[in-house]
Amino acid sequence: METLHLLAYSPPGWGATLLAGLWNSLLIAVGAFGLGLILGTLGAWGKLHGGPVTRDLLAMYTTIVRAVPELILILILYFGVTDLVNQILIALGHERIQISGVAAGIAVLGVVQGAYATEVLRGALLAVPQGQVEAAKAMGMPPFLMARRIIFPSMLGLAMPGLANLWLIATKDTALLAVVGFSELTFATRQAASTTKAFFTFFMAAGVIYLIITLLSGWAFARIERWARRGEPRNAGG
Amino acid sequence: MGVTVPRTDKTAAEAIRVEGLRKSFGPHEVLKGVDLTAHEGDVIAVIGGSGSGKSTMLRCINFLETPSAGRIVIAGEEVRQRPDGGGAADRRQIERIRRSLGMVFQSFNLWTHKTVLDNLIEVPVHVLGVSKAEAVERAKTLLARVGLAEKADSYPAFLSGGQQQRAAIARALCIEPRAMLFDEPTSALDPELVGEVLAVIRGLAAEGRTMILVTHEMKFAREVASHVIFLANGQVEEQGPPEQVFGAPQSPRLQQFLRSVG
Repeated sequence: METLHLLAYSPPGWGATLLAGLWNSLLIAVGAFGLGLILGTLGAWGKLHGGPVTRDLLAMYTTIVRAVPELILILILYFGVTDLVNQILIALGHERIQISGVAAGIAVLGVVQGAYATEVLRGALLAVPQGQVEAAKAMGMPPFLMARRIIFPSMLGLAMPGLANLWLIATKDTALLAVVGFSELTFATRQAASTTKAFFTFFMAAGVIYLIITLLSGWAFARIERWARRGEPRNAGG
Repeated sequence: MGVTVPRTDKTAAEAIRVEGLRKSFGPHEVLKGVDLTAHEGDVIAVIGGSGSGKSTMLRCINFLETPSAGRIVIAGEEVRQRPDGGGAADRRQIERIRRSLGMVFQSFNLWTHKTVLDNLIEVPVHVLGVSKAEAVERAKTLLARVGLAEKADSYPAFLSGGQQQRAAIARALCIEPRAMLFDEPTSALDPELVGEVLAVIRGLAAEGRTMILVTHEMKFAREVASHVIFLANGQVEEQGPPEQVFGAPQSPRLQQFLRSVG
């Protein structure tokens, strides 16, 4: 316990480093989750209403992304895509660029999240009672307005448990970016631990931080779900 | 009842015309060429056994089902169809026509995530461009009329079936439709709740609203309808004024049907 002072905010404490890592982790988690929701919404819509080519492409996307371990996907997408972008830039006579860690992290994890979100949202869309849609159709609602004002809100309550899971996975998948040397919470923790040799203290601290994120998220998602299911008699949140 | 029941008036303008309507689900032909004309103020009751195609016929009028063949003409305007039989050709046209037809479903289909009031003002505000204040005022008047003034802020799931259906009727009226389409509006209700819904429909009939009513309530059909159509096997087997259809049925099928429903 004599190493607890190492968690202090300012040097010799490593608190500031950990918090900076936490900030990066949250930034990437929020970005990836958001990007995943956008890709998932488009993916689910495409799988349900798209033509055969769209559906085949989306099936490939969700199958491959969900089949390959995320760590490998991150390595492929991070190094492979960075390399590809640079080769294209050089071929076009431009300079090499350094892709920002946050942008790359959001892009990589967002693509992974998008595949899972596609399936979560597709399931929820299928569970929206047909009568809700027919009532809107029968009153002459245009498709986009109907999607936004009727279908999406009806789907939200059904999708919340799956989306809450995805968010938690997003927060923890950010730790995988440590392998590409990106300074998120896990990377910062490892750095602090190996420098000070206080492994137990720092990894415990990181574990507690992830736990707090999870607990706060659980509370927030339960509230959102209760709101999304406000029209239901037994509006128990997750 | 003391209300003047409107009778078919052939001189009134045509509200809904269905010509040669056919509809197949796969190899099964549900409608085999149905014709129907509703003039302004007509109350047309469509009766028939289950599987006779009466709900499908109603749902083809506003293209919730795509006709396999035939023409639908609403207030003199024909719904343009795709040549391949894939439905309405012009999305804006069918949306506009749908807004002139107030549809009431068997299972109410109120939007569960919106309060009763929000259900009523949704389309007026977001599709028709009515100001919110005006839509709310109109919605409250209609809710009072169907006896649900105090339920404006409730969610549909907290209402009884009869209350939900009355709210759904008020929602359909909110878009000020030219005609109403009722698809077995009391079939999903407990028997003791049927009366309150029929009372609302009866009131609408009495004020001269054009409506097509698919129903199993024979007594009610006889009372409010200006014209009764009996569908059997996807075809109009017999039709006429209610006193004739119910009082002196000609075809053996109709005679048997009326005996079976008591």
